[in-house]
Amino acid sequence: MEIGLTHYLIVAAILFTIGIAGIILNRKNIIIILMSVELILLSVNINLVAFSTFLGDLTGQVFSLFILTVAAAEAAIGLAILVTYFRNRGSIAVEDINMMKG
Amino acid sequence: MTPLSFALAHSLPEIVLAIGALVLLMMGALRRPKGDWIISECAIALLGLAALSMLFQVGPTAIIWDGAFIDDAFARFMKFLALGGAMVSLILSREFMAREQIDFFEFPILVLLATLGMLMLISAQSLIALYLGLELMSLALYVIAAFHRTNLRASEAGLKYFVLGALSSGMLLYGASLLYGFAGTVSFTGIGEALKGGPSIGVVFGLVFVMAGLAFKMSVVPFHMWTPDVYEGAPTPVTTFFASAAKMAAVAITVRIVMTAFPGMKLQWQQIVVFISILSMAIGAFGAIGQTNIKRLMAYSSIGHMGFALVGLAAGTEQGVFGVLVYMAIYLAMTLGTFAVILSMRVGNTYVENIGDLAGLSRNHKFMAFVMAMMMFSLAGIPPLAGFFAKWYVFLAAIKANLYWLAVIGMLASVVSAFYYLRVIKIMYLDEPARPFEKANWEVSAIVALGGLFVVLFWVYPAPLVNAASLAAKSLF
Repeated sequence: MEIGLTHYLIVAAILFTIGIAGIILNRKNIIIILMSVELILLSVNINLVAFSTFLGDLTGQVFSLFILTVAAAEAAIGLAILVTYFRNRGSIAVEDINMMKG
Repeated sequence: MTPLSFALAHSLPEIVLAIGALVLLMMGALRRPKGDWIISECAIALLGLAALSMLFQVGPTAIIWDGAFIDDAFARFMKFLALGGAMVSLILSREFMAREQIDFFEFPILVLLATLGMLMLISAQSLIALYLGLELMSLALYVIAAFHRTNLRASEAGLKYFVLGALSSGMLLYGASLLYGFAGTVSFTGIGEALKGGPSIGVVFGLVFVMAGLAFKMSVVPFHMWTPDVYEGAPTPVTTFFASAAKMAAVAITVRIVMTAFPGMKLQWQQIVVFISILSMAIGAFGAIGQTNIKRLMAYSSIGHMGFALVGLAAGTEQGVFGVLVYMAIYLAMTLGTFAVILSMRVGNTYVENIGDLAGLSRNHKFMAFVMAMMMFSLAGIPPLAGFFAKWYVFLAAIKANLYWLAVIGMLASVVSAFYYLRVIKIMYLDEPARPFEKANWEVSAIVALGGLFVVLFWVYPAPLVNAASLAAKSLF
C-alpha cells in the first residue's frame, strides 16, 4: 500500500486527539499535562512536515523548526512555574489546584 | 532608501523594545539593583520611546521582512493602545511591587518582552510571525502571572494560565498547519487569494482551530474559564496588564486574520464570531452578579466587553472594524482607570480586593469615589460617558449589517450587566463606611484623574480618536 498524505494527517490527528484527551481527562498529575502539550505540538509538526513534502514547499519545515524551539522554551517555563507551585502547595496533583474556583 | 533601511524604519518600535529590553537585562544582572527603581523607570521610558518612534512612521502600508510583517494604520493604532496599556500598568505597578516585596528588576523586563510580542502579533502578516509573536507574549505573561512566587494563589494562577495557554497555542498551531496545507502558503494575503474559489473542508477546520486559539487569548466564551482565576490570583498590576495591553493585541490579530486571510469565508467565520460574542456577553453579564472580589468582577466584566467588541467584528464591514477599534480604545481607558482605583485600595500596609471594602468610599475619598462611579457608569454604557459611544458604534455597525437580533441581545446583556456595576456604586455611596484607605501616591492618583477625565469628557472632543480609528479601519480594506 502506498503511504500518502492522508495517512500522515490521520496519524497527526490521532496524536492531537490523544494530547487533548490527556489534558482534559487526566485527573492525576500535572506532569502528564505537560507531556500532552508536547504531544499536541509534535502532531502539528508531523502535519507541517507532511504538507511541506507533498506541496514541495520548504516553509512548512521552517515553521516546524520554529515550533520545536518555542516548545523547548515553553516546557522550561512550565516546569519552572510548576516548581514554584510545588514549593507553595506541597503537591502537584490536578485535584489540588483548587484555591480559586473558576 | 535601500530595502533594509526601509524595513528597519518600519519596524522601529519593535527594534527599540528588543534592544532596550536586552540592555536593561544586562544592567539588572550586573548591578543587582533590588529596590532600586531605575530599571522600571528606564522600561517606562523605553515604552514611551517606542510609541514616539511610531509618530515618524507615516505613509502608506508597508509589507516587509519577506512578507512576514506589515506596518499599516491599523497596526499603528493598536500598537499605540498596547504600548499605552503597558506603560500605565508599569507606572501603577511600582508602589504595589515594593510593598509586596516583589520589586525584582525582572518584572519590567518581562513586561517589555511581552509588549514586544504584542507589537509583533499586531503586525503579523503570516502564520509563522503570528505564532512567534503570540508565544513571545504568552511566555512572558505566564511568568509574570506567577511573579509573586511565595504566594500560593499567584503560582496557582500562573499554573492555570500556563496549562490552558499551552493548550490554546496547540489548537491554534494545529489550525495553522491545516491552513498551510490546504491553502499552500503561510501568508495571510496568500491564504486570502487561495480561498477565493470557495473553501475546502480542511480550511474550515483550520479556521475553527485558529479561532479557538485566538478566542482563548481574548478570553471569550467558551475559552474564558481561566480569566476569573488568573485575574484574582495574579498580582494586581499584572492583572491590569492582562486586562489592558494583552487584550489589545489579541483582538487586533483576530480582526486582522479574519479580514485579510478569510474574506472569502465570511459565511463560516461570521457564525463563529456571532456565537462566541453572544455567549460572552451573556456569561459576562450573569457570571459577575454573585462576585465579591473586585478583580473577579472585572474579569467577568472583561469577558462581557470582549463580547461587545466582537459584535462589531461580526458585522464584517469597515464600519464594524471601526467600531471594534473605538471600543478597544475606550475599553482600555476604562480598564486602566478602574484598576488604578483598585490599586489604591490599601488599608495599612495590605492591599484589599473585596467589593465590600469599598463601602463608604464617598466619605473618605470623594474624588476617588466619583471617578470609580463614572468608570462603573461608563462600563455599563450609560450616556454621555465614553462607554456609551463605544457600544453605540459597534451596535450601529451590527444593525447596518442586518444583524438586528445580535444588537438586541447585546443591549439586553448590557442592561443585565448594569446591575452589578450599579451595585458597586451603591456600596461606595450608601453603605456604612468600612476602614478608610490610605492616601494613594501621586502616580496612581494622576492615572485615576486622567482616566476619569477621558471617560467623562470624551463626548466633548471625540474627533482625534474617531479620525484615527476610521483611518485605521480603512487600511484593512
